[in-house]
Amino acid sequence: MEQHTPQPERARGLQMARSMCWHCQSEVTGEYFCDRCVKVQPVSKETDYFTCFGVPRRLLLDPQKLEAKFYELSRTFHPDFYQTKSADEQTISLSNAAVLNTAYRTLRNPIQRAEYLLALETGSVKDIRTSPPADLFEEILELQDTLEEYRASDRDSDQGHRLRATLQTEQEALERRKHEMEAQLQQLFADWDQLQDAGEATSLARVERDRILKQMRDLLSHRTYVNNIVNDLAATIA
Amino acid sequence: MARIVGIDLGTTNSLVAYMKDGQPCVVPDRNGRTMVPSVVALTDNGLIVGDSAKEHLTRNPERTVYSVKRFMGKGLADVQDELVYFPYHVTETGGVIRIRLGQKSYSPPQISAMILKELKLRVEVSLGESITKAVITVPAYFNDSQRQATKDAGLIAGLEVLRIINEPTAASLAYGLQEKTQGTIAVYDFGGGTFDISILKLKDGIFEVLATNGDTHLGGDDLDRVLVDLFIGDIRDRYGIDVGRYPDHMQTVRLEAERAKIRLSDELKTEITIDLPEDKGRFTRELTRDQLESLVVGIIERTLAPCRIALKDAGLTPKDIDEIVLVGGSTRMPLVRQRVEALFGKQPHCHLNPDEVVALGAAVQADILSGGTTDMLLLDVTPLSLGIETMGGVMSSLIRRNTTIPASAKEMFTTYVDGQTGVDIHILQGERELVKDNRSLARFRLKVPPLPAGVPRIEVTFLIDANGILNVTATDMRTGQSQSIEVKPSYGLSDTEVERMIEDSFKFAAEDVNARKLIEARLDAEALLKTTDKSLVDAGHLISQEEVQSIRATLAQLSNAKGGTDPRAIRACMTELEQAAKQLNVVMLDDSLKKSLQGKKVSELS
Repeated sequence: MEQHTPQPERARGLQMARSMCWHCQSEVTGEYFCDRCVKVQPVSKETDYFTCFGVPRRLLLDPQKLEAKFYELSRTFHPDFYQTKSADEQTISLSNAAVLNTAYRTLRNPIQRAEYLLALETGSVKDIRTSPPADLFEEILELQDTLEEYRASDRDSDQGHRLRATLQTEQEALERRKHEMEAQLQQLFADWDQLQDAGEATSLARVERDRILKQMRDLLSHRTYVNNIVNDLAATIA
Repeated sequence: MARIVGIDLGTTNSLVAYMKDGQPCVVPDRNGRTMVPSVVALTDNGLIVGDSAKEHLTRNPERTVYSVKRFMGKGLADVQDELVYFPYHVTETGGVIRIRLGQKSYSPPQISAMILKELKLRVEVSLGESITKAVITVPAYFNDSQRQATKDAGLIAGLEVLRIINEPTAASLAYGLQEKTQGTIAVYDFGGGTFDISILKLKDGIFEVLATNGDTHLGGDDLDRVLVDLFIGDIRDRYGIDVGRYPDHMQTVRLEAERAKIRLSDELKTEITIDLPEDKGRFTRELTRDQLESLVVGIIERTLAPCRIALKDAGLTPKDIDEIVLVGGSTRMPLVRQRVEALFGKQPHCHLNPDEVVALGAAVQADILSGGTTDMLLLDVTPLSLGIETMGGVMSSLIRRNTTIPASAKEMFTTYVDGQTGVDIHILQGERELVKDNRSLARFRLKVPPLPAGVPRIEVTFLIDANGILNVTATDMRTGQSQSIEVKPSYGLSDTEVERMIEDSFKFAAEDVNARKLIEARLDAEALLKTTDKSLVDAGHLISQEEVQSIRATLAQLSNAKGGTDPRAIRACMTELEQAAKQLNVVMLDDSLKKSLQGKKVSELS
């Protein structure tokens, strides 16, 4: 069996299928319901998660507001409230609720939110390959060797203890590095929001936009790489 | 909309509840008992359920099924280790366990359906209306097969299962309705056969599950087994008898172990008495709470690891939990409460009846579904990661555990050989890397038009609905055509098998009703015989000799009819006896009235 890398659903996004109500064929102007027959409308594949939540494409979002919106939309779409409705409406509610849940999961986490925004702005998120930061390359190769050695060693022996201590120091160092990267990301998020808020269409603004996205992509990729190693380390020496 | 009831289908006991004037209430039987023992017995008069079936545990152990919930959605290999504890005969057909009762075999959903029918009947009698829709609870950590099996049980019982809801979250609804709290709560649900921990955020009527974890094979049954092993060992040492060879006595030991465990929640020590096989006398010993606790502490400790994982998954520490809600009979044990308190650093909330709170919550959810309640909404999660098998026997995760449901994931499939017409997809659930370490849910074959390799593009959508049950659909991206998928469950009944069982269930419904009427008539006759006997002893001297004779004659008639199989004959004799004893009852009433009035002044009487 071969799996084809899918075009991520998130890149295509979702949007209320405006224009025509599936039920009464009248024009839908309401946000989620047809004004005329009050039937729930399917969220279309063209809407992105930011639009779905009614927030601008920014990276520093207020978690409280997101949560409030999530609860509000859950009350609008959750299948529990469609049990007495027609089968079509139940199907729409089910798929809308599933989309809503994915949207919230993506937006509530700042890293996933940034990855998603990158995908929206520059194309498929799958292109982000996790890679080690260049300056850590040597160190990580060495670390992998130590890990192998530790896995093969008797954990209670002197050698085991020594290797464990080394790995622990490494883990702490990498965690510090991860936090540094997260702080840098935070700065980039602020830069992005500022640039968007300014809303200038100058070529200088375009250069700045590309710089932020490029740096963000690299940092996200490195951070994920380091994060994976930290988790691996933590699991091994736990 | 027709009324929807809430059902707690438990390992040991089951309950049914409904919403009455904005409050959930459980439905008791004629004797005021709210719990129906989850026991089904095959008697000479057919299948019986509940309290009367429980009496057959020791009389007729090979034909009395209990704790069937442990077998739901399982294959024989899953339960091999514990089969020794069950006196009834368990086999497997088509990946589904079958339980042999007399000449016939029943799947766990069929046995569960009998319990559900009993509950259905109970609420129908109580409300005087037909009930066809229900919300049924399951342990939060139940996988897809176990949930599907529960849904099948509902169908076989003639119930449309509008929602499968997790037990701890059901409990949180009942708790939330009563306490009106906001904040973060942990529901620690330790029942007869399963353990769940769910962490929820309660805010403005939304019950958002942050994380859930558990063990679907850890409960009061396991605690009882430790005691059973202890007693059996004692008996072997002292009398040289292997009780394991006597299924009826094994049940006596098990029930006594359960009772002793329950007594030790209130007392510090208790006396155990067990009649030995082959008239070898009686085994007695003392058991202290300390002894019990040192024996079961390891099992109770096993509930703590899932709690820690759930906290971690929710991104919380114990001090973030505002309240701990205890659910399930096993939480009555003082040691359980101590351990929970030690872990969370806070006294658990014990104001709810741990036996009833799940059924009450199911009734609340039923009310939400029928549109009665709109201010509360439960946002639950899927307990286990869902994925598919990829090259090299590795599981590729599509929907992570603790994802809010409904949840969906899409995956694109293509071919790697020219003209290939199908792609086999294997769906799994679990947290491990390798396919073999996870639970196989189902397999299906995706139909693909014969084209050069890599050209077909079939998008498969995996959707976990609000019941936590998987639905699979596929669309050919080139043509936009969707295709229906026939999923073959790895550990479940096929649709046709369920249909056949539903038919069977209706076919035998008439027989069942008769058997049931007989049992009830016998029980009532028994009660009437006893009270009349007692009245004769107490007040026989107050009526004429002829009257006594006549009562004795009808007593004998009823006693005789009770041995027969015609419920109408029993009822007729009962009416006769009631008639014959009329004078006796009048005299007795007068007599007791007189006695109560003696020594009282007239002024006190007015």
